[in-house]
Amino acid sequence: MEIQDIIRPENKVYGKTALLKDNILHYCPGCSHGVVHKVIAEVIEEMGIQDKTIGISPVGCSVFAYNYLDIDWQQAAHGRAPALATATKRLMPDKYVFTYQGDGDLASIGTAEVMHACNRGENIVIIFINNAIYGMTGGQMAPTTLLGQVTATTPYGRKAELNGYPLKITELIAQLEGTCYVTRQSVQNPAAVRKTKKAIRKAFENSMMKKGTSFVEVVSTCNSGWKVTPVQANKWMEENMFPFYPLGDMKDR
Amino acid sequence: MATRGAIVVDKERCKGCGVCVVNCPTNTIALSHEVNGKGYNYLYMANPENCTGCTNCATVCPDAVITVYRVKI
Repeated sequence: MEIQDIIRPENKVYGKTALLKDNILHYCPGCSHGVVHKVIAEVIEEMGIQDKTIGISPVGCSVFAYNYLDIDWQQAAHGRAPALATATKRLMPDKYVFTYQGDGDLASIGTAEVMHACNRGENIVIIFINNAIYGMTGGQMAPTTLLGQVTATTPYGRKAELNGYPLKITELIAQLEGTCYVTRQSVQNPAAVRKTKKAIRKAFENSMMKKGTSFVEVVSTCNSGWKVTPVQANKWMEENMFPFYPLGDMKDR
Repeated sequence: MATRGAIVVDKERCKGCGVCVVNCPTNTIALSHEVNGKGYNYLYMANPENCTGCTNCATVCPDAVITVYRVKI
């Protein structure tokens, strides 16, 4: 059978969803942000909620998320996405509202907002991209940076006595009464991507059932910040990030 | 049941990160020696006869540049 006979519209099994705009993503080659954007777009398309979804983009690499997904967006001040999502959801309870935040945004400057939004049990979805570094500003140490990890501001590796310990913010959030679904996923291989998609879909469905806040952490790579190739970054993540940030559901009710 | 597959790569959007190449179970795809307009070594089917249309490459692609076609034989 010739290739031309296979490449026909009726044989198409997978392609870019129409919800992703044609703009070329500004992310570095191999960045996990692209995969998570794609997964969110696919979930929104499958649920048929394109005109009912409002995203809140953060400050950081993913600040331009509004250029890539064809839904309504707002852009929050640094770390304040959960506060903006709270207002949006309370004013428009029939909309699906989600925030998309990195670890510098959510776990550092935005800790108070995310903690209190989760504790109030706002019916929103929080998608947290944890790549253990500040990617956009040049690879400085983030609260989630692992002990011994080399960054621009910890050139000899992060030391506990000087820099404190990595922050497991997802575990903290799982303790809060307001959350209904807290999970940690990743996107380095097809199986992980499918699990993440399932988790994000569940989180979106929860937000309409008034069960409380759904929190999905995606352990991600920043190959530019980590100074490795995309493939090596995925391997480094599996070897170093997963032992400290174990995958799986922490809470589901 | 056996399947045959094929992919179409949007060459100008591909950034040549290579994440798909290591996730291909049938060793079908590779990065080209030629570069696209942005200077990236884009993806192509090096061994098109191996492709089963499993969609693994397209699932992990951060830039959504791969379209997968599959037929049953």
